[in-house]
Amino acid sequence: MQRTTMDLWVGLFVAAGIGALLVLALKVGNMGTYSAAQSYTLMGNFENIGGLKPRAPVKSAGVVVGRVVDIQFSPETFDAVVTMNVDSRYQFPKDTFASILTSGLLGEQYIGLAAGGDEIMLKNGDKIMKTNSAMVLEELIGRFLFNKASEGDSGKK
Amino acid sequence: MPRRIVIGIRGIGHRVIDSVWRLGRASRFFMLMLLKSTTSLRRFNLVIREIYFTGVLSLIIIVVSGLFVGMVLGLQGYETLQKYGSESAVGTLVALSLVRELGPVVAALLFASRAGSAITAEIGLMKATEQLAAMEMMAVDPIARVVAPRFWAGVISMPFLAAMFSTVGIFGGYLVTVVLIGVDEGSFWSQMQNTVDFRYDIVNGVIKTCVFGVAVTAIAVFEGYDAPPTAEGVSGATTRTVVTSSLAILGLDFILTAFMFRGMS
Repeated sequence: MQRTTMDLWVGLFVAAGIGALLVLALKVGNMGTYSAAQSYTLMGNFENIGGLKPRAPVKSAGVVVGRVVDIQFSPETFDAVVTMNVDSRYQFPKDTFASILTSGLLGEQYIGLAAGGDEIMLKNGDKIMKTNSAMVLEELIGRFLFNKASEGDSGKK
Repeated sequence: MPRRIVIGIRGIGHRVIDSVWRLGRASRFFMLMLLKSTTSLRRFNLVIREIYFTGVLSLIIIVVSGLFVGMVLGLQGYETLQKYGSESAVGTLVALSLVRELGPVVAALLFASRAGSAITAEIGLMKATEQLAAMEMMAVDPIARVVAPRFWAGVISMPFLAAMFSTVGIFGGYLVTVVLIGVDEGSFWSQMQNTVDFRYDIVNGVIKTCVFGVAVTAIAVFEGYDAPPTAEGVSGATTRTVVTSSLAILGLDFILTAFMFRGMS
């Protein structure tokens, strides 16, 4: 089969297309940082998850260590069951504290893990016992206003 | 007066029946082309030739418009986000809007007007000058020899073109916001990587482009093959290709988005 310049151009075109897809996958997406790594599943019951969504990051000390996989409402305990995948490179003690935090004032919500001091580590499928619900801005403002009002009352007396 | 109304109603009915007829013919043509494409895929250098004409020659318009779309997105996104003090999220904005929507849709629209119209005009003119009939006389199947390679070339080129559009667009956004305006480079990329998911955003975008590629080239080859064999007929068919495939892209995009990005954000 004879080689033509057309073949060369088409080859370059296809190579550039595959290159663009690779750039999208590795540089733009999170393929490079996160996918092939082994992970284990942890669960946690939260009273209120606020605006937490599946795929939200799980961070410890600000480093992303995993991702939220699933959020379900439990009809028995009437709270939210959050399932998360955590990278198996990172092990956490049994009394780790999980809280739902917000990055910045209006940023996305994530789960923050604060390691405890227990000797036993959490295993695949374990449940985190110590959880802290999301801060709901309206409740905070409400509490603040209530405190202000009661302060004003005591000041008058 | 009533006679005019009757004629009007008859005209509407005629148009409806005609379009249903055309739709049926298009589906039959599409199936026939799929059946016969095994022979043309075996002679792959025919497809490579067509990839050169539809893909490689569309590259310049795709890359240049991708660059400008990304630059405009960066500018506009910065304008708005800066009011809320979150201008570092501009990378996320540019990448998500390009990978999910603008990359596939704008690249497909450009592809329809750049390559789709050319395919229709070429096949229509072949028909008008009786080249297709001559092929049939020589026992060469025009659908396997002329139509199917063009179809597959379009289907293969479209995802690559859209990927290049998105990549160049993100680079354009980077150029404007980081290099010109001075948004922090680290947070531009890291926020983008935190938000853009490979399976959810990029793979869905690629699926979209594949669907658009099939739709645009199928419409283009059918319009060309079905064109009345006159100069006027070919020009009408070319116009119809651009109009129909643009509408098909936008309609399909809505349907696909509703399926892919429902419920999650």
